[in-house]
Amino acid sequence: MDQPNNKRFGMVIDLDKCTGCGACMVACMAENNVPFREDDTDKLLSIAWMRVYRLKNGKSFPQAEECFLPRPCQHCEGHHGHSPCVSVCPATATDYDMQTGIVSQVPTRCFGCRYCMAACPYHVRQFNWWDPVWPDGMERSLNPDVSVRMRGIVEKCSFCYHRYQRALDKAYAEGRRDLKEHEYQTACTQACPAGAITFGDLNNPAHAVHKLAQPDMAHEGQSRNPKAFRLLERLGTNTKIYYLSSKEWVRKAGDTAVQKA
Amino acid sequence: MKVDRRSFLSFVIGGAAGTALTPLPWKLTDDLSIWSQNWPWTPVPPRGETTYVASTCTLCPGGCGISVRKVDDRVVKVEGLKGHPVNDGGICPLGLAGAQLLYSPTRVRAPLKKVNGSWREISWDTAIQEIADKLKELRGKGQPQSVAWVSDTDRGTVAELSKRFLTVYGSPNFIRTPSIQDSYELVLYLTQGQRAMAGFDLANATYVLSFGSGIIEGWGAPPHLFRAKSAMQQKGGKISQLEGRLSKTAAKADQFIPLKPGTEGALALGLVHVILKEGLYRKDIVQNHSAGSDALKKIAGDDFAPDAVSKATGVDAKTIVDLAKAFAGAKKPLAVCGRGNGRQEAGNAQEFLAVHFLNALMGSVNTAGGVFAVPEPDYVDWPEPEMDAAASAGMQQARLDGAGGKDFPLSRYLLNRLPEALGAGASSPVQVLFVNQANPVFSLMDTARVEKSLKKIPLIVSFSAFMDETAALAHYILPNHVYLERFEDVPAAQGFPKPFIGLAKPVVAPLFKTRHTGDAVIQLAKAVGGNVASAFGWDSYEACLKESLGDKWDALKEDGYWVDAKFSPAAFETKSKKFEFANADIALLPAYAALKAPGDDKTFPLTLIPFDTLRLASGPIGAPPFLVKSLEETLLQKNDGLVEINPADAQKLGLADGADAVLSTPKGTARVKVALSEGIMPGLVAMVRGLGHTAYDRFLAGKGVNINSLMSSVEAPGTGFEAAWGVRAQLTKA
Repeated sequence: MDQPNNKRFGMVIDLDKCTGCGACMVACMAENNVPFREDDTDKLLSIAWMRVYRLKNGKSFPQAEECFLPRPCQHCEGHHGHSPCVSVCPATATDYDMQTGIVSQVPTRCFGCRYCMAACPYHVRQFNWWDPVWPDGMERSLNPDVSVRMRGIVEKCSFCYHRYQRALDKAYAEGRRDLKEHEYQTACTQACPAGAITFGDLNNPAHAVHKLAQPDMAHEGQSRNPKAFRLLERLGTNTKIYYLSSKEWVRKAGDTAVQKA
Repeated sequence: MKVDRRSFLSFVIGGAAGTALTPLPWKLTDDLSIWSQNWPWTPVPPRGETTYVASTCTLCPGGCGISVRKVDDRVVKVEGLKGHPVNDGGICPLGLAGAQLLYSPTRVRAPLKKVNGSWREISWDTAIQEIADKLKELRGKGQPQSVAWVSDTDRGTVAELSKRFLTVYGSPNFIRTPSIQDSYELVLYLTQGQRAMAGFDLANATYVLSFGSGIIEGWGAPPHLFRAKSAMQQKGGKISQLEGRLSKTAAKADQFIPLKPGTEGALALGLVHVILKEGLYRKDIVQNHSAGSDALKKIAGDDFAPDAVSKATGVDAKTIVDLAKAFAGAKKPLAVCGRGNGRQEAGNAQEFLAVHFLNALMGSVNTAGGVFAVPEPDYVDWPEPEMDAAASAGMQQARLDGAGGKDFPLSRYLLNRLPEALGAGASSPVQVLFVNQANPVFSLMDTARVEKSLKKIPLIVSFSAFMDETAALAHYILPNHVYLERFEDVPAAQGFPKPFIGLAKPVVAPLFKTRHTGDAVIQLAKAVGGNVASAFGWDSYEACLKESLGDKWDALKEDGYWVDAKFSPAAFETKSKKFEFANADIALLPAYAALKAPGDDKTFPLTLIPFDTLRLASGPIGAPPFLVKSLEETLLQKNDGLVEINPADAQKLGLADGADAVLSTPKGTARVKVALSEGIMPGLVAMVRGLGHTAYDRFLAGKGVNINSLMSSVEAPGTGFEAAWGVRAQLTKA
């Protein structure tokens, strides 16, 4: 339901600041109990909710330039919540939450048909081809706030929804109904040592993300910031991840294809 | 019953319609998936109370503050500590994967002794007694100097305890692992007369000229520099990166200037030449606060005129002049050096000296936006130990590595020279080697040589918490607690411009029968007895730490760090009390000369250079599974390491992207895969550092190639420092 106090959580990633270090990926893995395997070098089979891609300007040495692009779930709103994956899921395992703008993924509902993976234009969804196995003793590091996923189901970034719930619980316990900006931040945002990731409510003009992304809600959230772009914007997926870059070739690369790392 | 056509069709069609209409298949699919999701071998993390403990990360010398999230007694995640002066919430990938190190399957769980080539668990008391007996025997024979100690640091209480142990036992052979700190410390001592560490105020600089330093690849305190770099560029500051490969730092710099690696010093002197010639330096500062600037005209003489430098470095003459002007014209210029993360080799000190001269000429020393001489920590202030005759005699002996001796009077530690010092003969001048927080078998150049020479040592004692390559070679392992299980002071944050002390705290009780290395050293001293024992009056390491930190202990325990916020650097302590461009000590160093990559150009037409990534651990730590998982496919594919090569070179060699190839250097050969990259200078090939482990778990061992096994050690003239930056190489089709 569209309500006036609905939130649209989103992210702005400043590619000028991103150094490609990978802290966001590891922060996400540790926060969300992402499994790992002995050989995780085949990136089509390796599960990572957040992945850092490398963009190249295609020129030869020494004109070659590179830019790093972290890619979480884009949390597409599409038209009125018809994100590509939500529309195809036969199990209602993934859903668009109008109150937060978060595309959920419920592991116990998913039965592994992988339609959503085919539908997602951003490769944010990955399939568990194997049961997750932790080396003896390392399962002690698992986070109880996030379910461990099994063989046979699809998983993806949740904008650390459990952190939202935890923050809300805390606020309610303190008699508040609303959260302060810093109270709900995703693991990747918190970890980024370069300060490249900003997270918050795109609907809230006081939030840093709103100021950076300058979304034009009359035009499906298109940014008014000349430095900003969204991935494959022409598909009309109306994503909530905005990227900033001062380089034109980077902005252009964002709307064509993501090259291999 | 006869099956006719009609009944057959009704059965098939009816069955199909029935199947489609009944919910059974959907229900079964759902049930099946629910059943498969509840298999008992899938862990369900137990719930519990969530708490956060503030501590300090000790996985690298960066000194970042960490906030460790616990659920009951389990460590669930390590995060950056908000408000910490070094990292303010930011954290690197290795730091984030800290819980995987705590719960790593490669941890050494109890003291081990190697018996007939295999490990046997023994008690702490037996282990310490057996080692102490050997030490007493050596001392009785008048050979205390044959005991050596390798450590990643010479500061902080644990290192000080180790040094004290060696001193009072009678051996001068405490050796720190090589890093760019060796060069920076020497340069500060030579020019400013200070025994100090270099700190960089990058955040307040307006122009940074980096001679190959991996500012965002692990150099200094990583998250601190990440933040500083972002802040600096946000304010309009610019970074120029000089190196032979489009590293991440180069890619994120404002300007990338390709430079032949190994010629950084020549370029720095070339810039000094232009700045002097055109009178661009800060005359007020140079005239009033420096001495010996006349000597610079000779040091950066005509040999370093733009045309000559251009030939050596591959940077064209106009760019050199432009760079000098940009540097001199900036409000707060800062030049930094030390390739990559700076944790593997000390470098060519003359190159560091040239870069420091650039800073001095522009007044960027000990001022905001410049290089600071951060004093060495002074809180370890124990009474001098009482030396007996054996100790005094042992301490009179020359150091095995030659540091401070007649060949290398200015150097303090030269671990790279240890293999040579161990000699070619069958007997070893080192009878006992202690190794703490170091993995020389993996991280020194030419690992085969290192391994061969260390194998001659009759007794190696490792304090490693993990079964690393050096521990595997040892005779005893006295496992330390992991950093999340122990108290330890972090005496400095590398590259941070202010005096800083961090405190690592035990977040969880030790999981295994490990013991703090500080306690192990104290107990070893007590077991050796005599004066050695009486130099260690503490009951435990914790008592020693508490006493050493004195009035800072309470604040450190509360906040996790102490920082001298109002720090102002001390006056220069040279003879002239000014910054000295020339003096008797500097004269001990031969003039700068670019060091060649070992190997002959004909057999080996290419040059192999290493590079660093924050997605792998360096030094004594092995990368935990999350880091290996996060590696780019251009670095590792299955178990094959990749070597980066320019497409033009690859074409000449007939190598396609992803092709199997053999990489050979004078020191060895390795099977690799080819990764074409437009980001590497033709003539160079590059490989990442930190792969090719033989030790650790199945997530790391046997993956990729240890580039150090292909590298050859290069001894810098005058200092003896490890200055290897590359090695000649050949790449052929497999």
